[in-house]
Amino acid sequence: MVLDCKHVWGQISNYIEGDVDPELREAIEKHLAHCRHCAAVLDSTRNILILIADDRTFELPVGYSDRLHARLQEEIVSRE
Amino acid sequence: MAAEASSSRPTVDVSPAVRDAELIARILAGELELFHELVRPYEKSLYFAAFSILQNEQDAEDAAQETVLKALKNLGNFRAESKFSTWLISIAVNEARAQLRHARVLKFESVDESPPDEEGGFTPSVISDWREVPLQTLERKELRELLQKAIASLPEIYREVLVLRDVEEFSIAEAATALGVSEGVVKTRLLRARLMMQKILAPQLASKRSGLFGLFRSRAGGSWF
Repeated sequence: MVLDCKHVWGQISNYIEGDVDPELREAIEKHLAHCRHCAAVLDSTRNILILIADDRTFELPVGYSDRLHARLQEEIVSRE
Repeated sequence: MAAEASSSRPTVDVSPAVRDAELIARILAGELELFHELVRPYEKSLYFAAFSILQNEQDAEDAAQETVLKALKNLGNFRAESKFSTWLISIAVNEARAQLRHARVLKFESVDESPPDEEGGFTPSVISDWREVPLQTLERKELRELLQKAIASLPEIYREVLVLRDVEEFSIAEAATALGVSEGVVKTRLLRARLMMQKILAPQLASKRSGLFGLFRSRAGGSWF
């Protein structure tokens, strides 16, 4: 199986997930080994995913949890 | 989790599913106060699920509050074939979508805003010198703003999957259940979302690293070929 760049881009997400069959994985890796553009697309996509998964990237509004539980408590008290 | 979570039994490591099932049984038996404990591990996820749709802090917080109230009211309908967290997030997604529909109706906007072609081709941004995460060269605040701005720029259907899978780290199956779509649709949208993020961010992060371009001077619209 020989893949061109567009085929590789179309599989990048599944490849990152580890959700490609062995034959396809091998073909992708063969392509990546000699195509520095696709290797850079893969690396940059992967790195961006690492950044957005970082807990420090998205913060809750100050006091969010307190307000949520205060509202919940009102509801619980009204039911009891 | 903090030790405060446990009350009458010794602290043992139990899976979230077991912990949730025990709490749910006790809540349904009348210990309503335990609902605080049940939702606490998921309150962050439900805020960001709502935020991914609403793109506004106050609206997302309102949706999160509505979500926990609805979950409390409907807890008896929860069926253990899905995880409690997935069920809760699906309520948050529906709540946020309902708010968004309401806001759109108020603004006389069409709900059908022609979502982009999910199967169409897409060209990522090709940069050749990406070696490592450029954390060292970016202030955390700048980086956060850059990432948030990029996510905000995605169409809603892509923001949803990206936030659930890549920010909140739901599985594909959980994201599909929470969003009410098939796993195949989640995968297709995820590919598009990730490549869009790459196209927007890779040039900005790389150029910031090399100092050649201003941080917000996006080359996203152009090709790097």
